[in-house]
Amino acid sequence: MLAPGTSDTEAQQAAKAPAASSGKRTGAQVIWEALLREGVDTVFGYPGGAIMPTYDALPAYPVHHILVRHEQGAAHMADGYARASGKVGVAIATSGPGATNLVTGIATAMMDSSPIVCITGQVSSGAIGSDAFQETDITGVTLPITKHNYLVTQPDEIASAIREAFAIARSGRPGPVLVDISKDAQQATIQPEWNLPPIRVPRNGKNGQVRIDELNRAVDLINASERPVILAGQGILKAACAPLLLELAEKTGIPVACTLLGLGGFPATHPLSLGMMGMHGEAWVNSSIQEADLLIALGMRFDDRVTGKVSTFAVKAKKIHVEIDPSEVNKNVKVDVALISDLRPVLEKLVDRVQFRDHQDWHDRIHALKGDSAVRDILTLPDNGRLFAAHVVNDLWRITEGRALVVSDVGQHQMWEAQYYKHDHPRSLITSGGLGTMGFALPAAIGARFARPEAEIWVVVGDGGFQMTACELSTCAQEDLKLNIAIINNGYLGMVRQWQEFFYSGRYVATPLRNPDFVKLAEAHGLTGFRVTRRAELEEVVSRARATAGTAVIDFRVEQEDSVYPMVPANADLHQMIRRPRPLIEASDEP
Amino acid sequence: MSHEMKHTAQRKLLSRTFIVDVEDRPGTLNRVVSLFRRRNYNIDSLTVGRTERPGISRITLVARADDDIALRIEANLYKLVNVLHVEDITDAPSVVRELAFIKVGAGHELRSEVLRLCDLFRARVVDLHSSSLTVEITGTQDKVHRLIEVLRPFGILELLRTGAVAMVRGSMRHGFDEEQLLAESSEEVAA
Repeated sequence: MLAPGTSDTEAQQAAKAPAASSGKRTGAQVIWEALLREGVDTVFGYPGGAIMPTYDALPAYPVHHILVRHEQGAAHMADGYARASGKVGVAIATSGPGATNLVTGIATAMMDSSPIVCITGQVSSGAIGSDAFQETDITGVTLPITKHNYLVTQPDEIASAIREAFAIARSGRPGPVLVDISKDAQQATIQPEWNLPPIRVPRNGKNGQVRIDELNRAVDLINASERPVILAGQGILKAACAPLLLELAEKTGIPVACTLLGLGGFPATHPLSLGMMGMHGEAWVNSSIQEADLLIALGMRFDDRVTGKVSTFAVKAKKIHVEIDPSEVNKNVKVDVALISDLRPVLEKLVDRVQFRDHQDWHDRIHALKGDSAVRDILTLPDNGRLFAAHVVNDLWRITEGRALVVSDVGQHQMWEAQYYKHDHPRSLITSGGLGTMGFALPAAIGARFARPEAEIWVVVGDGGFQMTACELSTCAQEDLKLNIAIINNGYLGMVRQWQEFFYSGRYVATPLRNPDFVKLAEAHGLTGFRVTRRAELEEVVSRARATAGTAVIDFRVEQEDSVYPMVPANADLHQMIRRPRPLIEASDEP
Repeated sequence: MSHEMKHTAQRKLLSRTFIVDVEDRPGTLNRVVSLFRRRNYNIDSLTVGRTERPGISRITLVARADDDIALRIEANLYKLVNVLHVEDITDAPSVVRELAFIKVGAGHELRSEVLRLCDLFRARVVDLHSSSLTVEITGTQDKVHRLIEVLRPFGILELLRTGAVAMVRGSMRHGFDEEQLLAESSEEVAA
């Protein structure tokens, strides 16, 4: 597949050269001009020896550089920026430790198909391979966690490498690309060549095409199905297909379940919305999938957290898989029809050809499955004055009228967020799904802040994960950012504690936390801190936090040993869920 | 244990031959090998060399895979930016050869017997010493394997195999074709 070169807007043209529009440039200047040509105006980074020439050239260019406190934060910010905007996020770091600190962020972006470009300085080309100070083979290190990477040692290769990096990052199934540029290439002076040949991005082989007979089979299966479920993944958001999905569901009357990363791809408050599927999906969602006769999987990859035990997953269902990445087809779950394509053209054709069918019996069945869950739902329990994380999240949803952009971290709070914040809009939830990277939320939210200046942003984060990247509070302060940070503080590494309770006989090894005073921590950064210990205090504190000009941190002291229900134990049948135990429900009825 | 690994363990895996055209750039072979390591696919043999086209190298790769894994090997290879063309030629009529050197510890008394066996396999002696001789054989993997088994009782001192190279029979050129690629991408736009 040949992609045309990026065409410049007038603004970008005007923004390009600080001096004359032609003439000699240093490699460092070429880096910034190449970034401008890709439409970049915001980068997240941290300077150091091998990238200093590039930093030295920065002030001449209209690029906002956000100084992070740890390079991992830069990669997550670029990722958050990308997920919030759909554009490519950019992170910059120096060689050696600067580059290796990016690694967790790059792996996070890879697993969740987030388009970022990381630019790292490298020791001068003559020193490469000599174990020079701050030398790391970062292209070797990141080989399995990037879509592609480049080691550039010639100044005249910088422009094409950066242009290709952006094209690869955003093409097909998006992902991270790293460009490692030696210090001498940044320092050298060249006559840059901007008239570059077309870019070749990875293409599918002949097995990676939509076949018309397969499309016909998909239409026939959909029109004949009696108990169908649509499984909507992040692909819906990446391909900007939420309206088409809505049309497909409404035209056919087929209910929609979302993956964690697919939340927001279909309005959660829509009558056809089932909710989240998988390990902590609602019981009725997983039961519906197990009873379905047809699964229409759109832009999702049957992750093990979605399927439970593969051999017993939806055995009664025919499966249609629409997926952009051919290597995902038949990887975890064997499907009957594979449509390997960008979602949009396939959804357009499907919407055109599917028929409405009265699925009343099926909807009645799902309704019956829901009834049982409602009784066990923590939200329906009378308020006993204690603070449950589910209440916090649900109240945040109510107070923000479901309009906030929520960035969650990893663990129990992440699952409660997914269950109790009803996402109606695409790109209204940013979270680390595939890699499950604790510490992701705060830096990702900072990135999202720059992508969506108008959005109300809530960071929902556990007390454990927050401390992994809490240094980025300084970044919030230095950049005068407005974020709302809800720390779901239960004094434990809660998800691991929950597993210890369920599967390790309650031995809480290395999970209790002695935390700092988060209110004082916020204040030490020049930010505002609040504390909520009872549900009655929540509404007022949240409104004060929202009204605070800068970043506000709320320390929610929630029930310490609550667990996320339902839960499908790892590798168990999807419908074999651990439900919220009745004794706990009855106990919490008491005042 | 990943699902991928389970598949590998449970299913019957056959030897499959792929030809893979890649850009001749530093690190390309590393990327291909790394993919097989990371995805836990088993490589039987891998050879790489330049082709008639400048800048393009051909990898002949023999791996153990069933139909599903073979398709995913192809799909994963295509995800590598430096990979230009992948073709599973297992079922295509093709010429497959590998070369082996076998150093046999046979002195005067056994030499004629070894030479007679080599003759049957059309193997050549490329080095001769009082207590050993080195044999070169070119052929299918099966033929090479059989000669090795025949010579094993004489005492094999050293053995080297190159791994297979393969070419599809017939007058059609296989491998990466830029013009065809351009035609395909314009079809995609039209569709």
